[in-house]
Amino acid sequence: MRHYKKILLAAAATLAFGTQAIAADKIKLGTEGAYPPFNLIDASGAVVGFDLEIGQALCAKMGSECEVVTSDWDGIIPALNAKKFDMIIASMSITDERKQAVDFTEPYYTNKLQFIAPKSSDFDTEEASLKGKIIGAQRATIAGQWLEDNLADTVTIKLYDTQENAYLDLSSGRLDGVLGDKFVNWEWLKSEAGKDFEFKGDPVFENDKIGIAVRKGEDDLRNKLNQAIKDIVADGTYKKINDKYFPFSIY
Amino acid sequence: MNWETFFDKWLPKMLDGAGLTLELVTIAVIAGLILAIPMGIARASSKPWVRSIPYAYIFFFRGTPLLLQLFMVYYGLSQFEAVRQSWAWTYLRDPYWCALLTMTLHTTAYIAEILRGAIQSVPSGEVEAARALGMSRVQSMLYIVLPRAARIGLPAYSNEVILMLKASAVVYTVTLLDIMGQAKTISARTYENEFFYIVAALLYLAITIGLTRIFRFIEHKLRVDMLQGR
Repeated sequence: MRHYKKILLAAAATLAFGTQAIAADKIKLGTEGAYPPFNLIDASGAVVGFDLEIGQALCAKMGSECEVVTSDWDGIIPALNAKKFDMIIASMSITDERKQAVDFTEPYYTNKLQFIAPKSSDFDTEEASLKGKIIGAQRATIAGQWLEDNLADTVTIKLYDTQENAYLDLSSGRLDGVLGDKFVNWEWLKSEAGKDFEFKGDPVFENDKIGIAVRKGEDDLRNKLNQAIKDIVADGTYKKINDKYFPFSIY
Repeated sequence: MNWETFFDKWLPKMLDGAGLTLELVTIAVIAGLILAIPMGIARASSKPWVRSIPYAYIFFFRGTPLLLQLFMVYYGLSQFEAVRQSWAWTYLRDPYWCALLTMTLHTTAYIAEILRGAIQSVPSGEVEAARALGMSRVQSMLYIVLPRAARIGLPAYSNEVILMLKASAVVYTVTLLDIMGQAKTISARTYENEFFYIVAALLYLAITIGLTRIFRFIEHKLRVDMLQGR
């Protein structure tokens, strides 16, 4: 009987250490999958985009195996904290509000917020001329937050679950304009659906730093990611990915 | 959770959301009832061709999810240039009218079936008695069948109203700030998802309790319990 217990204990130990070793190597990467060109789901159902390629390059640098998991945008931070994945690479702005819920790495690109509106409209980003306009943004983004903080009494704000739904309503004419990330807007303006629209005014918010979110206190992973970001910028991998998506540097 | 900001800032927003939810559900179930009466009567008809007219409508709206119907009205119709040029766009442009239209069409299908069941449950002896007393078909429908059917169908109708209350949560997807929309928007700022979902749940529960009370009062007034099964 005692002998039997020993074997069982040994088996349990192997199992425990064994799974731990696998878990340490495999990192789950959480992203949204509805935010072209940064993260989107292609025709074959695979998650692709700038965020994904950066993520894969970082995983390669860290020598870890990564598995991609998608999540709705407004539930992505709760999902990280519920350990559905270990890091969020989804074009997430580093904000004070989010820092209370998660930790961020150093930024991996810098975003701006800029309005887009129909070419035919005399859309002016001065506060006085925005009065009464209907402006869309994605819920739980800094664009939505910027509108609530700066123009809540001036414009009607419509918040969407995905950026794509905001664009749908801009094309149908339900919205007078959309405030969003400049590079995401840039990508949409290039598309067939966005051909009648253009940027309006200067970016209303610059220096929006985009980072990778990890659970609070996971400094080991965060430090490894910081090092890996430095490494891919230094060895040109970053530039190669950047050039694939944008004819200008977004770092 | 900072209670002061909750009571000053977030709770009023949640209550605004509750107001919108209540408004949408109330209008939808009342409009739905009015539209459903002729449909329910037609469905209970003994003539197959009369029965079949509302059948396709009911089949479609009961057979597909409310969320899908809402997307078809909100995102689908707006894709057509013709719709955007028509007078209807004044209303369809607004998510409020889209939600109201979809919810009404959806609940009408269910209420019509509730009515059909209720009308068919009216004991045939009572209808024959009415006809024997010299009432016309229309008279017996108005004075005997429908009042009896209303009492038979009332519990099922109150059930449908509560189902619609809960189903109404899908309207947040078209930018409306109902209870669910407010909870989602607020937790996007505060990251207190669990807390605000619980607040939302409590609001839905409170409305459900209120609705149950109202229906119990109506059932009492109409003396539903005295008439069941006779």
